[in-house]
Amino acid sequence: MQKQQKTIEQKNYEKLQGKHELKRPIAKNCLKAFLVGGLFCTVGQAISYFYIYFFNFTEQTVGNPTSATMVFIALLLTGFGIYDRIGQFAGAGSAVPVTGFGNAIISAAIEHRTEGFVLGVGSNMFKLAGSVIVFGVFSAFVVALIKTLFGMLGG
Amino acid sequence: MLPMFFWAFVIGGLICVIGQLLFDVAKLTPGHTLSVLVVTGAILSGFGLYDYLIDFAGAGASIPITSFGNSLVHGAMQEAEQHGVIGVLTGMFEITSSGISAAIIFGFIGALVFKPKG
Repeated sequence: MQKQQKTIEQKNYEKLQGKHELKRPIAKNCLKAFLVGGLFCTVGQAISYFYIYFFNFTEQTVGNPTSATMVFIALLLTGFGIYDRIGQFAGAGSAVPVTGFGNAIISAAIEHRTEGFVLGVGSNMFKLAGSVIVFGVFSAFVVALIKTLFGMLGG
Repeated sequence: MLPMFFWAFVIGGLICVIGQLLFDVAKLTPGHTLSVLVVTGAILSGFGLYDYLIDFAGAGASIPITSFGNSLVHGAMQEAEQHGVIGVLTGMFEITSSGISAAIIFGFIGALVFKPKG
C-alpha cells in the first residue's frame, strides 16, 4: 500500500498541534530520573552488601539475589499503588532499574486478574515486559554466538 | 564501602538519565527504551566492557535493566566454554533465572493478594 499524501488541512493542523504541544521539561525530568534511579541503585547496593556479608556471595555473583529482592520490593510498592506515583514523578528513574521490570510484570498480572487466572494473569503477565526478554535473549544469542565462533577459530 | 554507594548512585542515576533522554528527546515508548537498553547491555558485554562497570559501580550497574542483557550473554558464554556452541542455548538463562523466576512468582502472588486499583 502506498503512503497517503497529506492534505493541506492536515499539514496546517500539524503546525497548529506543534505550536500548542507542551514542551517537555527535559532538564528537570533528567534530574528527577537521576535522583530516583540513583536511589534505587543505592538501595540495591545496600542489599548486595547484606548478601555478601551474611550469605557468602561474591561481588560478581551477588547481582542475582539482589535483583530478586528488588523485584520483591517492587511487588510491595506496586501492590499498594506506590510505584505508580513514583513512576509519575521519576519517569525513567523508576522504569530502568530492575524494579521497573518487576513492576511491569506485577502490575500486568494484577490488572488482568478479573479476566481469570489462566487467560488473564497467565497470558498477560509478560505483556509489557515480554519485549525486554525477547530482545535481550535474541541480542545475547547473537553476541554469544559470535564470541563462541570466534573463540573456536582463534583457539 | 562508602565510595561504592556513591558510585552506585551516580552510575545508576546516569543510566536512568540515558533512559529519560530516550523518552523525551528520541520520543521512544518505555517498551522501546527498555529494549534498546537491554540490547546495549548485551553488546557492551560482548566487548567485555560491562564487567568493568560492575566492578566500578556495583549495584549502580547491576540494578539497571542493561545488566539483564549482560547477564544473558555471561550465562551463555559460561556454558559455551564447557559445551561449545550448544551451550549458547542451554546457558542463556543461567544467571538471570532468579530475576525472571522472582518476577513470575511475585507477579502471581501479587495477582492473588492485591486487587486492581482505579
